[in-house]
Amino acid sequence: MRLDLLRSERLPNIWCPGCGNGIVLRALLEAIDQLQLDPDNVVLVSGIGCSSRAPAYTAFDNVHSLHGRAIPVATGIKLANPDLTVIVVTGDGDSSAIGGNHLIHAARRDVDITVVVFNNYNYGMTGGQASPLTPTSSITTTTPNGMLDRPFDLVKLAAGAGATYVARSGIYFAKHLVDHLKKAIAHDGFSLVDAVAQCPTYFGRFNRKGSAGQMVTSQKDWMVLKSVAEKKTPEELAGKVIIGEFVNIERHAPVSAAAPKEQA
Amino acid sequence: MPEKKTFRITHNRKWCKDCGICVAVCPKKVYEIDRSDRHAIVNPQNCIGCRMCVEHCPDFALTVEEAKNE
Amino acid sequence: MSEKMVLMQGNEAVAEGAIAAGVRFYAGYPITPSSEVAETMAKRMPEVGGTFIQMEDEIASIMAIVGASLAGKKVLTATSGPGFSLMQEGLGYACMVEAPIVILDSMRYGPSTGMATKVSQMDLMQTRWGTHGDHWVIVLSPSSVEESYQLTIRAVNLAEKYRNPVIVLSDETISHLREPIDISIPPVLVERRLPTAKADYLPYRTDESLVPTVANVGTGFRTSCTGLVHGESGFQTANGHVAEALVERLRDKLFNNLDDIIQFETDRVEDADVLFMSFGITARGVSEAVETLRSHGRKAGSLRFITLFPFDDDRVRKAAGNARTIVVPELNSGQLVLLVKRVFGDSRKVVPMNKINGDLISPQEILNFLREENL
Ligand SMILES: Cc1ncc(C[n+]2csc(CCOP(=O)(O)OP(=O)(O)O)c2C)c(N)n1
Ligand code: SF4
Ligand code: SF4
Ligand code: SF4
Ligand SMILES: [Mg+2]
Repeated sequence: MRLDLLRSERLPNIWCPGCGNGIVLRALLEAIDQLQLDPDNVVLVSGIGCSSRAPAYTAFDNVHSLHGRAIPVATGIKLANPDLTVIVVTGDGDSSAIGGNHLIHAARRDVDITVVVFNNYNYGMTGGQASPLTPTSSITTTTPNGMLDRPFDLVKLAAGAGATYVARSGIYFAKHLVDHLKKAIAHDGFSLVDAVAQCPTYFGRFNRKGSAGQMVTSQKDWMVLKSVAEKKTPEELAGKVIIGEFVNIERHAPVSAAAPKEQA
Repeated sequence: MPEKKTFRITHNRKWCKDCGICVAVCPKKVYEIDRSDRHAIVNPQNCIGCRMCVEHCPDFALTVEEAKNE
Repeated sequence: MSEKMVLMQGNEAVAEGAIAAGVRFYAGYPITPSSEVAETMAKRMPEVGGTFIQMEDEIASIMAIVGASLAGKKVLTATSGPGFSLMQEGLGYACMVEAPIVILDSMRYGPSTGMATKVSQMDLMQTRWGTHGDHWVIVLSPSSVEESYQLTIRAVNLAEKYRNPVIVLSDETISHLREPIDISIPPVLVERRLPTAKADYLPYRTDESLVPTVANVGTGFRTSCTGLVHGESGFQTANGHVAEALVERLRDKLFNNLDDIIQFETDRVEDADVLFMSFGITARGVSEAVETLRSHGRKAGSLRFITLFPFDDDRVRKAAGNARTIVVPELNSGQLVLLVKRVFGDSRKVVPMNKINGDLISPQEILNFLREENL
């Protein structure tokens, strides 16, 4: 990764020691670098949360918006200037709770933006409360006796809403993550990558996931490559999270902005 | 016998938060969190240049380059 | 009707005014009595090379126009009370990042869903204080279809000039009124100032105008914006001095230019002993009432607020002449009257006149009111 894609003068970042956000950010910058995108044409848009601070550490145009609202802002930017590569940096809460409606509608419209969900299974910024992606039984500050509800499967949610590229990866699988981010950004149409990362300060501590280092390396124990998972029984896959590419289809409709009338 | 490749590790002390992720992911025990809870490079000669540490450092604090023999 | 005149509905006039002012991006969500703006824009935007998008709600609508504005477009959204409530957080964000946006709020009866097809002027204070935190907006109030057209043009120009949200505060009646208007004179357009040099670029650095030259995204300036308190760099800070300076500048960039922003319309204020202060549709009833009163020898006058906010007490005092009695008719339980009382304290007799049944205040009702109240 080219270090000049970072705003070095703004580092060190504000994240806790061992926070996964920096690892996803590195992978994102690596993907943008490998795609050889013109940095002048890349815009990062984020909502509110620890993860949403990531764009401010990059050398790209960056718009830090409101909690849950990065996707409509990105939609406005993309439709106003379709030549830009518009990437949304968002958290699991930002994208699936307060911003969930925007997520499904952007997927339905197939707006040509990429949504990168920094998924740490909880609300990091506000102190470790439950999010719609918090796994059942997990402890958070608002589920002290364990999460009662089922979480969204973000991959299925995006796919069901009409996203034309959907992938999931984890920060342990750095190259896998970079590859899928590259494909998502290069994809013509709405793309989403569920990037599973650790919040050692809250989710990790409350759920006895060990040190930041252990949270990183343990991903290889509970994440399974899609190609491997396809050969396994449901029993063998219980409690596992499958990573890989889930949707990669051609864009099914133009962006919902009206096309200019044909010249007669 | 082909010469063994060697690698030069740089560590940005100002950005490092001593989180220990590099220690956990390095297959060659190059790093350690020392007794004062600080990141330390203890076995640089063992580095095989896999860059696991670079890719997983959340603070952009590590680079690993192949050392060119003069 | 002369050749130059065209018959238009208030909402159409807002849409056409926006287009004339250079608006090329519209995002919105349907709501009575504003929906015709969206419908007009859905048809017209593609014809003028612009973009129309119907969003999933009003929160998305305002955020989409903020995004398009940050990318350099002149933008509009239109809504009514319930939708305007949903837009409040986005409105504060636009104030903070200094994104030029224009919102039409066509007032209907509230609170809540209220009466969708009935007129009110109940959102006045919401335009000023609807979003949290100290902030400043420009609010313009048309009282005719012609003015809906002209003030929308002015709203777009002011938004671009001061990099600030501007609200066109209309209502159900004006939105649906049909009147002949003259749209033949091409408007003078204002373009936002943009940075020239990439070296040492700081998005929120300002000169004496106090209006920053934020680059449009995608133009190579590597610009930053955030709703967090920020310094000139556009990056977050928790420094109280920077915060204070920022909020003061957001105020002063407008308050240093009140002559440019504030407009009233006055009618026979000089010798009036009873003066009406009103805005929007209510001012039309007032104007007829003043006519009748004058024909009966009563020295009545009128001050109509075209710019509602910023509200400058000194300017209102100066424009108000010496009338002993000031009557403030409005279609709510008393919002404008609070401001008028603030201006005059006990120096004049300030009398509220309120109607909250979803109907307009007629000229006759105003005459009756004066009689009943012995004014
Ligand atoms: C409208 C609104 N509601 C609530 C908040 C408080 N808030 C800030 S961040 C956040 C949750 C962030 O969680 P997530 O999106 O998962 O990001 P993370 O911090 O975990 O990266 C909340 C609830 C807010 N800023 N705005
Ligand atoms: S609270 Fe969690 S998500 Fe936020 S910076 Fe700390 S570790 Fe990261
Ligand atoms: S992973 Fe990075 S921040 Fe953490 S201890 Fe190692 S060098 Fe320091
Ligand atoms: S490059 Fe690989 S072997 Fe070398 S220090 Fe980093 S993780 Fe260890
Ligand atoms: Mg989170």
